Amino acid sequence: MSGIEQEGTSKAGAVRKLLWAMAAVAMLLGALLYLGLEKSGAERPPQTGAALPFGGPFELTRADGSKLTDKSLAGKPYAIFFGFTRCPDVCPTTLSRLALWRKKLGGDADKFNIVFVSVDPDRDKPADIGAYVELFGTPIIAATGTDAELAQIRKGFGVYAKKVPLDPAKPDGDYTVDHTAGIFLMDAKGRLSSIIDHHEAEATALDKLRMLVG
Amino acid sequence: MKSNHLYPLAGLALLALAAPVIAHSFSVGKIAIGHPWTRETAATQTVGGGFLTVRNNGKTADRLVSTTSPFATEVQMHSMSMDRGVMKMRQLKEGIAIAAGKTVELKPGGLHIMFIGLKKAFKKGAKIPATLKFERAGSVKVEFAVQPVGSTAPMEAGHVGH
Repeated sequence: MSGIEQEGTSKAGAVRKLLWAMAAVAMLLGALLYLGLEKSGAERPPQTGAALPFGGPFELTRADGSKLTDKSLAGKPYAIFFGFTRCPDVCPTTLSRLALWRKKLGGDADKFNIVFVSVDPDRDKPADIGAYVELFGTPIIAATGTDAELAQIRKGFGVYAKKVPLDPAKPDGDYTVDHTAGIFLMDAKGRLSSIIDHHEAEATALDKLRMLVG
Repeated sequence: MKSNHLYPLAGLALLALAAPVIAHSFSVGKIAIGHPWTRETAATQTVGGGFLTVRNNGKTADRLVSTTSPFATEVQMHSMSMDRGVMKMRQLKEGIAIAAGKTVELKPGGLHIMFIGLKKAFKKGAKIPATLKFERAGSVKVEFAVQPVGSTAPMEAGHVGH
């Protein structure tokens, strides 16, 4: 290093010019990179904890055969729950609670959608999920899809789902589906607002829903 | 004599008050079964969960080994648990043990009976006949009351429809 600090030698001068040139290029690159980040940053949601990449994009099929996507849901907050129609306990309990909480929101009841996504596409066809959600006496958007479509939305929401044979001795026989049982609350821009756990106290769940629609 | 003739009436009144409870409890040997209930199902649904309490008033452990119903092709016993936010349901092929002097509750969020292959949808207000078989006490015919889908606990007969 001491060599380039000696003024006067032609070699040192050349090295110095090279270093200056490199510095200039580095500055230019830095400036471009900065401008690039600024631009893409403007298109991103604000970097708060609740705005981490989550959820979409996804494309599913509704009970009436029409498409349901992250874009078609945008514009209104929604509460999304994953389950299946042959789930005897957690699924009806959760959807019933959502229906009840919606009622308790009074004037805000219509300010969010409820979405039910099947984790059992082999058995839950559009007609099955449509008839199922009608039980709950409140509008619920039911959706199912191909294995690939459902794998994509589960990945987006970090939802676990696994087929488990009811009789370990008959791996190809009747099965249940282990699955994540929380409710994800998504805001009108499709960003995660909050999660309602299966064991959440009603007061907390209502607070979270009020925050969602407020 | 005159003052006594009201007693039977009072007894009838008491009986009437207690009727919904009596009508919905069953027993066999030392086993008492309380309030079997299930939830209404959609026409396309092929399964339904069943819930009840079993009390063993005896001094010997017993076991609910099987359930059958003319309304389902198969009836199983299941456990349900939440493991880090994931719902897991498992078949209990050995049945459900009822320790001496203890009560076991089959209720939402835990143990349940699962009706599989429903012959027709469970309609609100209907009664679903079933036979519970205990290892020691033997078999007993019961009826599961079909409650609204939002139910999380048994309702007395007089409360159905709230």
